[in-house]
Amino acid sequence: MARRRLVPYALLAPGLAWLLLFFAVPLATQVYVSLQTGSIEEGYEFAWNWSTYETAVTEYREQFLRSLGYAGTATVLALVIAFPLAYFVAFRAGRWRNLLLLLIALPLFTNFLMRTVAWQTILTDDGFVVDTLRALGLLGDDGRLLATRTAVVAGLTYNFLPFMALPLYASLERIDRGLIEAATDLYAGRVAAFRRVTLPLAMPGILAGCLLTFIPAAGDYVNATLLGSSRTVMVGNVIQSKFLDITDYPVAAALSFVLTLGVLAIVIAALRAVGTRSLSEAAAR
Amino acid sequence: MIERLRGPLLALWSAAVLAYLFVPVAIVVLFSFNDNRGRFNFVWQGFTLEHWRHPFDVPDLGPSLVTSLEVAAVAVAGSLVLGTLIALALVRHRFVGRTATNVFVFMPLATPEVVLGASLLGLFITMGVTTGLATIAIAHVMFCISFVVVTVAARLEGMDPHLEEAAADLGADGPTAFRKVTLPLIAPGLAAAGLLSFVISIDDFVITQFNAGQELTFPLFIFGATRQGVPPQVNVLVTMLLLGALVAMFANLAVQRRRSVADR
Repeated sequence: MARRRLVPYALLAPGLAWLLLFFAVPLATQVYVSLQTGSIEEGYEFAWNWSTYETAVTEYREQFLRSLGYAGTATVLALVIAFPLAYFVAFRAGRWRNLLLLLIALPLFTNFLMRTVAWQTILTDDGFVVDTLRALGLLGDDGRLLATRTAVVAGLTYNFLPFMALPLYASLERIDRGLIEAATDLYAGRVAAFRRVTLPLAMPGILAGCLLTFIPAAGDYVNATLLGSSRTVMVGNVIQSKFLDITDYPVAAALSFVLTLGVLAIVIAALRAVGTRSLSEAAAR
Repeated sequence: MIERLRGPLLALWSAAVLAYLFVPVAIVVLFSFNDNRGRFNFVWQGFTLEHWRHPFDVPDLGPSLVTSLEVAAVAVAGSLVLGTLIALALVRHRFVGRTATNVFVFMPLATPEVVLGASLLGLFITMGVTTGLATIAIAHVMFCISFVVVTVAARLEGMDPHLEEAAADLGADGPTAFRKVTLPLIAPGLAAAGLLSFVISIDDFVITQFNAGQELTFPLFIFGATRQGVPPQVNVLVTMLLLGALVAMFANLAVQRRRSVADR
């Protein structure tokens, strides 16, 4: 019997050891690295150097706020764009449902960088989109889309849209149609039924979708690199260049740790709101 | 009036969003046939099959794809084994620390890639490990595990646990019951998890960039090429990978469907 009780731990051990060693320990190491002083030539040593955090939150405040702003905007846009689609696929698509789900997931099977490069093609100066917007007067004659904030937010919204749409669909699809019908019978109208029944029941999917869009968007630097300019630098870009080009490891680690804490705070708030299980279930679909 | 328009509007909106999702993919595929002159492949200049005939006719491109395929193979195999074992423990057993394990396994999915990549590099630097093929593979196994756990756990939860008990009643020991009953039943889930890991691994840029050292993977090649213009051969290979993933997915669905018909 005692042996039987050890079975789950034996099953967990190898995988958890891997995650501990290459996910949890690195997060702790990050704090250690962030408190070091020195340079790449002389080497770094641990010195309780808290000034890296001061640099991270004062010198790079703008990039942090920009990342939150871009990611937040992209998340709201993705929710607004994806919700009707997910609703349609869950309730109206009939036998086309699986095909539509495949179409939603299709971009995920196409290389992330190449999809973003495709947006360069679409938004390029004198391209079809820019010409049309200029003709309509929505963009000045010398206005452009590429290398602007709009392009970066559009790229973020596009690239993480499937992560919004799929959890939304999963939670909508599980709603008992009878509940909505009963609500339309009891309440005044469809709007009230939607607001009081459909929306609350879809909440786990909405939260999962928002997290799965916001988190990768907040840390992203690919969209800002390929679609943005020096005025759209996000915190991910700073971490990337400090680690890989400038090799200022302590400040890079401090930036990365502050980003981790920020994201963690948001995730915990969301988990409290709906519970872990429904979130990970929604994410699994 | 609005009531009557609601249905068509919803359909129209959905069609527009699907088009929005589809257009960049279509551009990637279309420009693999572009007879481009010069380095850049942004403007349509005519149809050619030349790039499809010589998809590896660019220095470093072929080797980088081979590296990515090798890494993906390790990532799929490693994460499938480690992740399935975790899923089995989480779904089939009640134990102290189960909820904490659930949250912990979910955490890498809730961490920005740049943090995963940067912190792992921090560890390797601190430990004096030279980054390269091995560190890329370690990272890929790490971030694929969580995806395998959620996919396989979902499949296990949909499976009747009485089947395993029946096998035990009939005299099968744990490993035998797993091999003869559980494994065949969760096979479609394993296939889906494997495909997911493959797709995520071969597509990963951020975490790989941090831990690659001098090694060049397919996405790293593409990123390097974006500065001087991505050669259309990359579009060809990306299209091939897309087709391969679609074929694998349909094959998995077809096998599943045939099985469920046979069960009846």
